[in-house]
Amino acid sequence: MNFAFSDEQEELRQTVRRFLEDKSPSAEVRRLMETDDGYDPDLWTQMAQQLGLQSLHIPEAYGGQGYSFIELGIVLEEMGRVLLCAPYFSTVVLAADAIMNVGTDAQQGELLPGIASGETIATLAFTEPNGKWDASGIEMEATADGDSYSLSGTKHFVLDGNVATLIVVAARTPGSEGADGVSLFAVHGDAEGLTREALTTMDQTRKQAKLEFSGVSAQLLGSEGAGWDALSKTLDQAAVAISNEMIGGAQFVLDMAVQYAKDRVQFGRPIGSFQAIKHKCADMLLEVESGKSAAYYASWAAAEDNDELPVVASLAKAYCSDAYFHAAAENIQIHGGIGFTWEHDAHLYFKRAKSSEILLGDATYHRELLAQRIGI
Amino acid sequence: MDFRDSPEEAAFRTEVREWLAENLTGEYAQVGGGAGPADDTSWDIRVEWERLLGKAGWVGMSWPEEYGGRNASIIEQVIFGEEYAKANAPSRVSFFGEGLFAPTLIEFGTEEQKKRFLPKIQLAEELWCQGYSEPNAGSDLANVQTRATLDGDEWVISGQKVWTTFAHYAAWCFAVVRTDPESTGHKGLSYMLVPMDQPGVTIAPLRQMTGSAEFNEVFFDEARTSADMVLGEVNDGWKVAMATLGFERGTAFLAQQLGFQRQLADVIAAAQERGKSDDPVLRQRLAGSYAGVQIMKYNGLRMLTNMVRKGVLGPESSIGKLYWSTWHRDMGEIALDVLGPEGALAAPSPDGEYDLNEFQRYFMFSRSETIYAGSSEIQRNILGERVLGLPREPR
Ligand SMILES: Cc1cc2nc3c(=O)[nH]c(=O)nc-3n(C[C@H](O)[C@H](O)[C@H](O)COP(=O)(O)OP(=O)(O)OC[C@H]3O[C@@H](n4cnc5c(N)ncnc54)[C@H](O)[C@@H]3O)c2cc1C
Repeated sequence: MNFAFSDEQEELRQTVRRFLEDKSPSAEVRRLMETDDGYDPDLWTQMAQQLGLQSLHIPEAYGGQGYSFIELGIVLEEMGRVLLCAPYFSTVVLAADAIMNVGTDAQQGELLPGIASGETIATLAFTEPNGKWDASGIEMEATADGDSYSLSGTKHFVLDGNVATLIVVAARTPGSEGADGVSLFAVHGDAEGLTREALTTMDQTRKQAKLEFSGVSAQLLGSEGAGWDALSKTLDQAAVAISNEMIGGAQFVLDMAVQYAKDRVQFGRPIGSFQAIKHKCADMLLEVESGKSAAYYASWAAAEDNDELPVVASLAKAYCSDAYFHAAAENIQIHGGIGFTWEHDAHLYFKRAKSSEILLGDATYHRELLAQRIGI
Repeated sequence: MDFRDSPEEAAFRTEVREWLAENLTGEYAQVGGGAGPADDTSWDIRVEWERLLGKAGWVGMSWPEEYGGRNASIIEQVIFGEEYAKANAPSRVSFFGEGLFAPTLIEFGTEEQKKRFLPKIQLAEELWCQGYSEPNAGSDLANVQTRATLDGDEWVISGQKVWTTFAHYAAWCFAVVRTDPESTGHKGLSYMLVPMDQPGVTIAPLRQMTGSAEFNEVFFDEARTSADMVLGEVNDGWKVAMATLGFERGTAFLAQQLGFQRQLADVIAAAQERGKSDDPVLRQRLAGSYAGVQIMKYNGLRMLTNMVRKGVLGPESSIGKLYWSTWHRDMGEIALDVLGPEGALAAPSPDGEYDLNEFQRYFMFSRSETIYAGSSEIQRNILGERVLGLPREPR
């Protein structure tokens, strides 16, 4: 039994932290969040070439480094701290995991090396205008068309869907229902018949798009009807990953709040000496530390790929969503008027906390999933 | 990071499991984990069980071998606690002796004191109580007024303690008393060991909201203890008292926390039996509680790993007391809601006395857990000031 990061993992964290503090300061986040694409292609290349971040947990056979979800979690936690604007979560977590979970060896060999090298930006398109996160939300139909398939319908809330060159799409065999008949497909970003609309997002640091498919030719990944198991596992892995990202942001807003509580003086004393403020900070600390324990444990379960993964993925997503939102909200309150300004970064974290909570299903959704998964 | 047992840990787990399977039988198996260390249901049988545990070397397992311990690592203590809770073995009677006093004694006691007291704690021949709180010294413990003066080779003690749990079962009390009459605050206090069975000690039970009377008022009226019955230096007892509180907020409640999983499993089962587990709101609360108890375990394992590897406790350790007491209180509320109208009736008791059923015990005893061992407000002050470095309140 041992619940600590190895020295090597701690070193990775320090390296990534230094890199991101240097490359993604607040001014840069604010510049990129105002752009349509929402990321800096040069930085994306540096991430791949200098630090190998995109290739981290991809197997060596496919151009990756073969690290585990624990290392991936560390990197995401650091990205969450600085609100990095980049299609990392969509590419490396959602798309790459879906491909690894469903693709044949040949398909993985074809698609993963581009992701690992930073050439491919990819995403997973599975949600639709109905806004559901489970299998019943997948209404798009895939009709067989010789060796290939043809997709028609709408995908909504697709992370980085406007910049992705590779889109993994979930669609179903006509007439099927629920988890049955769901398959995953690979579609090129500029495929014929695909119209992409960049959406204005409440959390401007993470972009979304709406994708209209009208008879888009698609490559089936794995076998027909095997999509839901792979997708469900991908969503569990993604829940673990986003939990780590969220807890990085939560720690950062706690640090911000505590610093301000030490500096700001009212009634002749630092506001942090008032119990109303001090106790808020203490509660945030409790939740942030507990969120870390949950997120790290979930990373381990994902790395082991063991039976616990579905349970701890929902557990971590539910807890970390609440913890981050609570911390981000209290941070605004502790800052007073300045916390309500556009100029202060508090709102960026507040919005990221909410958008991350919504993504993949909110805390209520995941508590219900957790109840089902533990047999209640 | 690895949560599996090492081969040695697995072997130890098997040893514990087998011992429990062999010995936790008959009456012992009927008692169950109860509502926590301050619940005295089935006391006599639990004392007998403690003796059995002691003889087998499961009491004081972390002590050095020279005092009858096994030098057990913290991980082994966790494994023992997990198996103990899984087996639903009786709640321990030696919380104050084994959990609080013994580790303090090992850190601050003289060789003679250790040899005198540890074996009797291990065999449950002497139980202990904690004499800290007084009518005017609760959260503000440094305001203790009970006094002791030296009379030849004996201390003479006068004053009042309150909320003293199990004083009526205890052979000894570890008490914080003022030995420097000129002093105020945390200076001039000593950590004194006082025998309870003597004319100068009067114990008056205090009935709790639970209906039972586990805690007491203790009056010292020229009570006596021999001059060598001070732990640490005379007038320097504050640091010893704080060390005990450290154990109380750190490892002493380990067994209790490990038992929470079983309690929640019972609550979930009850919800299912009563057809209440379909209710979406209750499902949310049960799942939230489940997440909470798992995270309690993860927090604990993180804390213990840090302790083992770095020899120091990280910030995650100070959240423990606030976390578990709040979680348990919430679970107690869920438990009662699961019972519905049944929850409004007291448990049937053969002698017609006011009594509580098991879920009502969780519900009520957990109200005390956010008060004792440093109230939740005090814990938040500690987190804010010592961990986050926020400025202290003006005093
Ligand atoms: C079931 C039970 C068993 C106990 N067993 C023992 C025992 O065996 N031995 C023993 O010595 N004691 C025991 N105690 C006593 C316990 O340690 C005290 O009750 C506790 O320290 C609180 O002290 P108090 O009751 O005087 O409350 P007070 O200290 O008066 O507190 C009252 C309220 O004020 C709050 N408060 C106090 N100071 C502050 C502050 N600085 N900032 C913010 N809020 C504050 C508290 O959090 C609480 O909500 C037991 C208590 C209970 C309930």
